[in-house]
Amino acid sequence: MAVTAVSGPVARPTPRLRRMEDERWLAFALLVPTAVLLGLFIAYPFIEGVLLSLNSTRVGVKGDFVGLKNFDKIWNDSIFRTSVWNTFWYTGVTTVFKLALGLWLAMLLNRHFKGKALVRAFILLPFIIPTVLSTFAWKWMFDPTFSVINWTLFQLGFITQRINWLGDPDLAMTSIIIVNVWRGVPFFAISLLAGLQTISPELQEAAAIDGARPWQRFWHVTWPLLLPVTMVVVLFSVIQTFADFQLVYVMTGGGPANATHLFATYAYQLGIGTGLLSEGAAVSLAMFPFLFLIVVVQLLYIRRVETR
Amino acid sequence: MALVSIRSVNKVYDGNVHAVKDVSLEIRDKEFMVFVGPSGCGKTTTLRMVAGLESITSGDIVIGDTVVNQLPPMDRDIAMVFQNYALYPHMSVFHNMAFGLKMRKFEKPEIDKRVRDAAAILGIETLLDRKPRQLSGGQRQRVALGRAIVRHPQVFLFDEPLSNLDAKLRVQMRVELKKLHERLGTTAIYVTHDQVEAMTLGDRVVVMKDGIVQQVGEPLELYNTPANKFVAGFIGSPAMNFADVTLAESGGRLWAEAQGLRIGLPDPIARRANGRNGAHATLGIRPEDIHLASPTDADDLCFEAEVEVIEQLGSEIVLDTRVGRSAFVASVDPSLRMKVHDRLKLAMNPARLHLFDAGSEAAI
Repeated sequence: MAVTAVSGPVARPTPRLRRMEDERWLAFALLVPTAVLLGLFIAYPFIEGVLLSLNSTRVGVKGDFVGLKNFDKIWNDSIFRTSVWNTFWYTGVTTVFKLALGLWLAMLLNRHFKGKALVRAFILLPFIIPTVLSTFAWKWMFDPTFSVINWTLFQLGFITQRINWLGDPDLAMTSIIIVNVWRGVPFFAISLLAGLQTISPELQEAAAIDGARPWQRFWHVTWPLLLPVTMVVVLFSVIQTFADFQLVYVMTGGGPANATHLFATYAYQLGIGTGLLSEGAAVSLAMFPFLFLIVVVQLLYIRRVETR
Repeated sequence: MALVSIRSVNKVYDGNVHAVKDVSLEIRDKEFMVFVGPSGCGKTTTLRMVAGLESITSGDIVIGDTVVNQLPPMDRDIAMVFQNYALYPHMSVFHNMAFGLKMRKFEKPEIDKRVRDAAAILGIETLLDRKPRQLSGGQRQRVALGRAIVRHPQVFLFDEPLSNLDAKLRVQMRVELKKLHERLGTTAIYVTHDQVEAMTLGDRVVVMKDGIVQQVGEPLELYNTPANKFVAGFIGSPAMNFADVTLAESGGRLWAEAQGLRIGLPDPIARRANGRNGAHATLGIRPEDIHLASPTDADDLCFEAEVEVIEQLGSEIVLDTRVGRSAFVASVDPSLRMKVHDRLKLAMNPARLHLFDAGSEAAI
């Protein structure tokens, strides 16, 4: 009797228990929360955005289906074209500088010196401070009247007239590029430093004995081994910079005369600022194919580098 | 091919850690010199100073007839094999071996020939297209050796090259290294913490401790006449037995006495220890120099011991025994039968007794 009592539940599990043991059910149950979240916060807004861009909706006006008319309209919009060019220029130039400066900083920080940990922590500051706050500080520094930069240049005798940093279209672009580089370098430096630290110092020593000079050691040993990390960091940075909003919004608001608009700020200005919701949606969707292409190319490259 | 001369070399880190203390050595042309010692003894630092990877605080290092103190590693005409192989992970075996030649601007056909020759010597011709991660530990070790030998350097430097291999492979690679050295005849400096490696590979062996050279000599010289207690205990396996004894003169002879132990010191040692009556000293005897006493053994070399552990190794039996407050390990005839707690009468080989000063630990 005692034996059957003990072995009973094991030999004959209840239907509910049996269902739990079926891995398909378990997998389904575990996937549901993620699927719901992704669906609710990514898939639904994306589809809604696509539908919106095919409509003529404005604030307060329920629109009708208009096909690709919105896209045709923005294609012929000179501000949109400037925004596209700006976005590529902004992303390209900042990425090059962030990579170069970040790598240089990472190499410096990878040496042994006193207070290394403290310096490494300080390097991260621009990255930690909320972008909006640090950008406001920069805006103040570039302010035509109160600019500390102008003041310094003036005191040092380099200039006799105020430079209108954010009022001149070219200078405004340069200014936001400087701020973006300032903000982005720590991420590059710390990530690349982490990458550098995975490279055994013995390899450098072996290369030194093999007769490689410092720059040859960098080019033949350090750089190829750092490349996978570099590619991932660049990928993240490009995606973020391409879709950047807050920096430009705070610094110039897209001005002067729409000269510094990026995809995101122009989409915001059209959609929310002007109330042309559908056209705004079309502008932000126009970013999608470019980003998609960049990501695909880089992911393919990363895979090639990693399987090499 | 060249001699390496290390002259009064010191290494001080950060002004206070004195890692290498006044080391002077001559490594002869074509010699295989092994540096051995416990970790932190300064052997690797010395090697790295020869390589040029570590600066010299004071003294001179001469390779061939050039003082190399200020020369960067690449200009010293040396090749080094690292503990973790240090193969370039993104390069094929061929390119790993060719890298040093490429950096030195050798012609392509010459590079190709040298790499293939080295690969043939090491038996890795079929691996030339592989990446290091596709190789086993032993194969990586061979590639690292190959990278060193393609350059035909004046001196090979080895930094514990076998310590990452499993025991069986280590023995095999040890033999191959020995053969390779005989074949190439290049001067070699080899660092290890494994005294068996040191004894089997070295033409001569340097024993280091705390940055100081304890003794330099041929392997058997170190084994037979260790300069001090440290060398005596470090060289040989199982390690030499030590017993704290008091020297006592009686009946015209000198005796080493401890609880349960009274050994009559044979003449050469007794003469060297003359005048130390009543002094403390350390008596040393290797396990293989202790045997089960037979009627022919003189009584003054015998002692009674209690068996504590019996280790059957097949070719010998290693006994851990206790004599008063001292412990003795004895390696005895494998045909003997005994049990734990047996009391045995053991005898020491008088020609193989060692005596060390209790204070300085130097051999008497």
